[in-house]
Amino acid sequence: MASAATALSFTPLINKKNVELSAFVSRSSVLSPNKSIPRKIVSVMSPQQTERKPSTTGSVKTAMTMTEKILARASEKSELIPGDNVWVNVDVLMTHDVCGPGSFGIFKKEFGPTAKVWDREKIVVIPDHYIFTNDQRANRNVDILRDFCTEQNIKHFYDITDLGNFKANPDYKGVCHVALAQEGHCRPGEVLLGTDSHTCTAGAFGQFATGIGNTDAGFVLGTGKILLKVPQTLRFVMEGEMPDYLMAKDLILQTIGEISVSGATYKSMEFVGSTVESLTMEERMTLCNMVVEAGGKNGVVPADSITHEYLKDKTSVPYEAVYSDGQARFLSEYRFDISKLEPLVAKPHSPDNRALARECKDVKIDRVYIGSCTGGKFEDFLAAAKVFLASGKKVKVPTFLVPATQKVWVDLYSVPVPGSGGKTCSQIFEEAGCDTPASPSCGACLGGPKDTYARMNEPTVCVSTTNRNFPGRMGHKEGQIYLASPYTAAASALTGFVTDPREFLQ
Amino acid sequence: MAATASIQSSLTKPSFTTLQNSPSFSPISNIRFSSPLTSPSKLLSSVSFHTPQPQPQPLSFRRSATASPVANASSTTFHGLCYVVGDNIDTDQIIPAEYLTLVPSNPDEYKKLGSYALIGLPSSYPIRFVEPNEYTSKYSIIIGGDNFGCGSSREHAPVALGAAGVSAVIAESYARIFFRNSVATGEVYPVETEVRICEECKTGDVVTIELGEVNKLINHTSGKEYKLKPIGDAGPVVEAGGIFAYARKTGMIPSQSA
Repeated sequence: MASAATALSFTPLINKKNVELSAFVSRSSVLSPNKSIPRKIVSVMSPQQTERKPSTTGSVKTAMTMTEKILARASEKSELIPGDNVWVNVDVLMTHDVCGPGSFGIFKKEFGPTAKVWDREKIVVIPDHYIFTNDQRANRNVDILRDFCTEQNIKHFYDITDLGNFKANPDYKGVCHVALAQEGHCRPGEVLLGTDSHTCTAGAFGQFATGIGNTDAGFVLGTGKILLKVPQTLRFVMEGEMPDYLMAKDLILQTIGEISVSGATYKSMEFVGSTVESLTMEERMTLCNMVVEAGGKNGVVPADSITHEYLKDKTSVPYEAVYSDGQARFLSEYRFDISKLEPLVAKPHSPDNRALARECKDVKIDRVYIGSCTGGKFEDFLAAAKVFLASGKKVKVPTFLVPATQKVWVDLYSVPVPGSGGKTCSQIFEEAGCDTPASPSCGACLGGPKDTYARMNEPTVCVSTTNRNFPGRMGHKEGQIYLASPYTAAASALTGFVTDPREFLQ
Repeated sequence: MAATASIQSSLTKPSFTTLQNSPSFSPISNIRFSSPLTSPSKLLSSVSFHTPQPQPQPLSFRRSATASPVANASSTTFHGLCYVVGDNIDTDQIIPAEYLTLVPSNPDEYKKLGSYALIGLPSSYPIRFVEPNEYTSKYSIIIGGDNFGCGSSREHAPVALGAAGVSAVIAESYARIFFRNSVATGEVYPVETEVRICEECKTGDVVTIELGEVNKLINHTSGKEYKLKPIGDAGPVVEAGGIFAYARKTGMIPSQSA
């Protein structure tokens, strides 16, 4: 067991003494510099594969799930099984203004002040969290990103310098997970890591995408690799025609309510079925976005023509999608008949505190928030606009709109809403009495500095299209957050109570 | 990481040897890999791995006076007051988002993070974890329930706890990113329990934790003992001070240019 010491096993649930040596990566190191040649580090490489246990050799290939296949390819192995710890090549590393400075600090400390990142084209730096604020440290953090990106000549840095007018910054995008998709950084079959828990959003593209901390990111910055344990997969089969009052947000709230906030811990969540196939890319992103709220390691939706269509004009990097084998083994399989589902909310203070929206109709609310990577994409606003259009009335509570990215903001002001006689979302929102769409960023989803737009600074009740409602999430510890779809959020804004959108959509 | 611990006078001074002497691992030195799969584009020029300072800076703030990990050949021991929390303690409760402008790799800001540890807990927790105007907590051991550390991937969470002087979290189960970050930073030991210790201990109880050949928590205030799950290979990584320190210690990364 001597070399098992170098294995980094991150599952606390297994007694390490019982695990076979071959299940661990037993040896890996950085090439040590030789005195007589220039000190170059080639790369951190996993060792040549030593012999495998007899049961896994031979010409019969083990059937694998999508996640297993992606990790197998990324670790240059022909096959893997859940529980294997493997060194994985990273295709894209994303970071933002909250975790970037810390990750860069660790990189410099560990690899040296003059070290260069492993690949200047595979790192995407997206300021998005605390942007439109007077908080000096927050502003400084964006400067730290810029200094590093300049020094390292990072190809993809979506910078912002004029905080007073986001439109004056041509490179600035906004919410990282939406920007990654819109800028073509998400591709089937690849491994994408980000210093943000909602990095799992990109699994919508049929790739392995998960969140990591600063230290792991620092390591990836220097080496382009990460040690991961292959997760088991939970399969969620969603069948049935999607009713026109439901959105992907309802589907994921249903799922999380079913398995709880720790139901998918250390697992991959695979979403298949006719309903999933009918979802647009943005809806698939919403679905995968909240995988982390169930404790999930990553979420995946198989790539198909909808994926390819979305990516057509966004990336020219070749990609190869993978799919779960027919005989692949899943830990559990859940089946949902979506046609029977009703609009849901997650009540305070947990994303798994599932309830029917119509059963909460006596809950008086103080405000509505539509925004974030979960519910601030163009289709989310389109959905809200549909409800306001159907009603024709004004909202009864302050309704905050925070587009996720510059592109979303532009679309709000330019794309005509079907069935509205040529109106844009922004016009419909204005007529309904909503607040003017704000500068694109993460906004108040996670509270943030005290002067963040729409931050909950008083103990109020809010219906929100965001992803978490733990105590204090949007600012005030005694605030009450009901997580909901954009349909439900808009309907609730119109009545001043938590409201099932069928009140307006049928 | 334990070397800078201030040892309470009530504890006997141990001969401090680390888990390195246990037969479960031995360092691997400078293994070279030549790989035909490496393309020239992967060459990194002028990367130097320099020795870290003898004690990485943030660690010098880590130990509060009441916590002192003590290690001998086969175990690590912590002793101190415990602070008890419930299930699903998410990262917003551990370190609210408004404090995330603090950059953990900056020593001053690292210290400040400690002062905000667990400040997001609701008012149902009458005892504050860190007193106002303090940077560390008198509670060095946290006892939690299920799914400790769920929510965000923010590394500020285990960092804030470590900065506040926490040596170990004892919980029923962990969210994976929090667990991973705890080990990678070496800030706290994320230990699992066999039973719901959070229902049997009260904030302020004096506890001792032993990890190694024997894994248990002793509550001196109640007089009860509880089994803990072995932390396995994650233990030596935390012991070394995190993944980079561990990699240097075991020779995975050369520690000094010759």
